[in-house]
Amino acid sequence: MTSGVVVDVRAGRVREIASGLGGLRGALIPILHAVQEEFGYVDQPDVAVIADVLNLSVAEVHGVVTFYKDFRRTAAGRTTVAICQAEACRAVGAVALGEHAKRTTGCEFGETSYDGRITLDEVFCFGNCALGPTVQVGGRLHGRVTPGRLDALLGEAR
Amino acid sequence: MRVFVPRDSAARSVRADEVAERIAACAQESGGGQAVEIVRTGSRGMLWLEPLVEVETAAGRIGYGPINPEDVDGLIAAGMLDGRGKSLGLVEELPWMKRQERLTFARVGVIDPLSAEDYEAHDGMSGLRTALTMTPAEVVEAVVDSGLRGRGGAGFPTGIKWRTVLGAEADLKFVCCNADEGDSGTFADRMLIEGDPFTLIEGMTIAAYAVGAAEGYVYLRSEYPDAVATLKDAIELARTNRWLGPDVLGSGFGFDLHVRVGAGAYICGEETSMLESLEGKRGMVRAKPPIPALQGLFGRPTIVNNVLSLATVPTILASGAKAYADYGTGRSRGTSVFQLGGNVARGGIVETAFGITLGELVNDLGGGTASGRPTKAVQVGGPLGAYLPVEQFGLPMDYEAFAEAGAMVGHGGIVVFDDTVDMASMARFAFEFCAAESCGKCTPCRVGAVRGVETIDRILTATAGTDRDKHLVVLEDLCELMTDGSLCAMGGLTPMPVRSAVRHFGEDFNA
Repeated sequence: MTSGVVVDVRAGRVREIASGLGGLRGALIPILHAVQEEFGYVDQPDVAVIADVLNLSVAEVHGVVTFYKDFRRTAAGRTTVAICQAEACRAVGAVALGEHAKRTTGCEFGETSYDGRITLDEVFCFGNCALGPTVQVGGRLHGRVTPGRLDALLGEAR
Repeated sequence: MRVFVPRDSAARSVRADEVAERIAACAQESGGGQAVEIVRTGSRGMLWLEPLVEVETAAGRIGYGPINPEDVDGLIAAGMLDGRGKSLGLVEELPWMKRQERLTFARVGVIDPLSAEDYEAHDGMSGLRTALTMTPAEVVEAVVDSGLRGRGGAGFPTGIKWRTVLGAEADLKFVCCNADEGDSGTFADRMLIEGDPFTLIEGMTIAAYAVGAAEGYVYLRSEYPDAVATLKDAIELARTNRWLGPDVLGSGFGFDLHVRVGAGAYICGEETSMLESLEGKRGMVRAKPPIPALQGLFGRPTIVNNVLSLATVPTILASGAKAYADYGTGRSRGTSVFQLGGNVARGGIVETAFGITLGELVNDLGGGTASGRPTKAVQVGGPLGAYLPVEQFGLPMDYEAFAEAGAMVGHGGIVVFDDTVDMASMARFAFEFCAAESCGKCTPCRVGAVRGVETIDRILTATAGTDRDKHLVVLEDLCELMTDGSLCAMGGLTPMPVRSAVRHFGEDFNA
């Protein structure tokens, strides 16, 4: 259970972020990125605060948050592991690598492991198409990833 | 003495950072007297050689690669820092480099991407300086005369687009760079931004001057964090150097540039959807007309061009429209930056005049598949491009020749598949991808993609004969409807990979 004080602190900070960036043209997406950067996800109460600052309806902000895959509605695990599933990586075994990752972590794409350590995700193209299969672990890109190498990377992330 | 190690994210994905660190540590340990300066560059685009380390010698830059961090000590002991030991020889003389005509990518892999001095020493800013001596209309006509066509995929003549924006009356105009390079198999935009960001800034500034725009935006995808960081740093440096700001190069012309980061929506690579996203909205496609050139960002006249189109403008202005138009074939003028990816032995960037054949790219430069198995198919032009069999390797890379063959050059990405690929599953994936990424505004795309997945599943589970044939008729009908009825290229082109897979690899659709 989150205390009212914590909620107020977060709302205050979200308001600060939104007001700080509110002068940009098309400010909503930069604001959502900044909120997610700080808190790890965009919570439902944040949406109302941002809408208020930008003089938009809550529905408009909600619509944007849910349109874009990047914006999370809940916290991710400690490390996010994203596996490219697009054509160029598929040509060198990305589908099998994805299946291997699902078995190893016990997660489907988009899910977080039971211990909260790893969030598994699929991404369509990191622009590393000549050195696939490509995996991003905690923001770092890895090329030519074999199942064995993925196990090692997952091990380091645990 | 200078040693060059790429900072390109592809090179970093195969441990270029550790290689650079190890070289620095070794040079310090050995303390051999001479100071080693490590310069982090973009990548030359020979990605199978990454990490590719280059050492400056009196004869030129000698290459070593691919290097593992563990190899560094041995290579240095063998004299790498003096250009000795087992090397690839002079990098500029490698067959892969010799075969290319690098105009847009001339500096990528050569210079420190964030050194303004390096940039100017390698002819940077000469295009903008030339443009500022001309009238805006003359700049536009130079781009028209060069024959440059949009490198993002649609191939619309860049200069004609600019002419429309120049002619539009408005209190404010914009230049937007579409850097939402979401197509699998394409990475040239990323490599240019990471390896030579000032070229893009210069090109956008020329565009702004040509049409009278005061503000520019680069819409860059969030999947490219290194490119975002590099471009933001480069813009800061450009402002410091007065390459951007209220008084560009002391000319009195004012232009400023901003980066906007996407949020994981493939559809935002479609120009009107990108504009909606830049305005802070859902990336829903707009109906055209009105065209963005007249009513674009916030309803103002707007240039929307791809990274490579804009980054090619400086060389056109610096060397002249004719010099650029002298490259190429038919109505495909100049050079294009082709990208080899997927299951290919030598993947990377090839910038060369239009007209080179698909087979030359895949076999001669790419060396066939990485697995060593026979090539079965190549997909050209991204996820919405056609799958082509080896029988079509004689096709020249040329917008019209590809269109005639029911395919498209697109952004120049070529993804190679060996004979283990199942083309029915690739066709199914094309629909799945469209269903996941459709903005949902028009029915043919939103519903058609879902029905497409179902239809292919029925084909694959049908008993041979009439049932299967019936479903294939439905599939073709669906493809025709999506092609003709979709609002944008997402729904309109998803049938291209599907139809080409059925046409060229029909046997894979037998259950």
